[in-house]
Amino acid sequence: MALALGGYFSSASNVFTGSLINLQAWFSTRFVAVQDFLTAPRDIASLRQRNVDLEADNAELQAQIIQLQQQVGETRILAELVDFAQARPENRYQAAAVIGRDPSPFLHYVLINRGSNDGFLPGMPVVTDQGLVGRVDAVIADASRVQLITDPASNVNVRLQNAGTEASLVGSVTGDVTLDLIPQDVKIEIGDLALTSGLGGGYPPDLIVGQVVNVRSRDFDLFQQATVQPVVDFNRLAIVLVIVNFEPVDTSPLIPAP
Amino acid sequence: MRNLVALPVIILAVILQTAIVSRVYLLSGIADLPLVMLAAWALQEEVETSWHWALATSLLVGFVSALPWLAPLIGYFAVVGLAQILQGRVWQAPLLAMFSVTFLGSIISSLLTFAVINLSGVSLPVSDVLGVLTLPSVLLNMLLAIPVYAVMRDLARWVYPSPEVE
Repeated sequence: MALALGGYFSSASNVFTGSLINLQAWFSTRFVAVQDFLTAPRDIASLRQRNVDLEADNAELQAQIIQLQQQVGETRILAELVDFAQARPENRYQAAAVIGRDPSPFLHYVLINRGSNDGFLPGMPVVTDQGLVGRVDAVIADASRVQLITDPASNVNVRLQNAGTEASLVGSVTGDVTLDLIPQDVKIEIGDLALTSGLGGGYPPDLIVGQVVNVRSRDFDLFQQATVQPVVDFNRLAIVLVIVNFEPVDTSPLIPAP
Repeated sequence: MRNLVALPVIILAVILQTAIVSRVYLLSGIADLPLVMLAAWALQEEVETSWHWALATSLLVGFVSALPWLAPLIGYFAVVGLAQILQGRVWQAPLLAMFSVTFLGSIISSLLTFAVINLSGVSLPVSDVLGVLTLPSVLLNMLLAIPVYAVMRDLARWVYPSPEVE
């Protein structure tokens, strides 16, 4: 005891305690390894479950983002339409959503989700904030069919803003719109804006239709023709405005029967 | 009683046509889901109501579309008639019959629509109609033919269950 207290066994005790500590560490390391080995599968299972839960949460949030983006898009369109309507206080507008297209590829019509219950009548002009879309062709209580200006049977009287002349805008089966009946002595420039003239009473005047992108003028033709790029993207029509206080003039009694 | 399934199926087909199929363009052509559905239905051996389906479908399409009623009416009846003629003649090859009816029916329907629109006073250029409208529409209809045939075959088996053999 006296020798121990005197520090004469310190080297021997160091060796002993060091060995014990090493042994302790060895056991501890092995135990932790075995513990990890035994508990790891349970952790993986719980992690997998957690991963599944997080993926489900992620999918739900993604769906919410898409829904919100869609709502933002619709709100933006509606805001633009409201601006357009406020800029033209002389007209009364009713908004309607495009819910379908004509089942025949020969025709260019869209279906909208409002009808006679909202005061829609055949012949009412349909627009967006960009310009003219077409006119209401047929109505039922809660839906209407709209003839687009790209339809082969569509015919809109327009005037060219810069050229100061009037012409007839006709659609086609491919969706292209062409200006016809332009007098040969009129000089048309690319980019000239086509607006509704109001002639014939089918549409109100000064609605933007499109821009001239190509002119065909041949000496032996009676009239010039021009291709027009419509300002409205008809493939992405989502919401339209119907001018409900416009009464189209029925000119059919004036046309002589064949 | 199970024959009444025709009504929701036809309504669903026309809704899908106007809401989705009509927005999927190939050049200017689009698929005609009701036509393909009628062709597939009329080709099922056990089916006896294909003419009724054609009538109901053409009435509904005629109501929704701006086309004169005559065009879908004659077109869909022609498709069913064609299917009735080919049914059983293309032995053990129902898909071949389906493709034949879809191809010929699409062309007949397209030409008929072209004729009706021209008669109504709107002149359409033949080259445009054939090149960018009829042929792409036929191709899209052929693409729809296989899945629609499978669905209508299952539907026909449900409506007309075969008697169990003991």
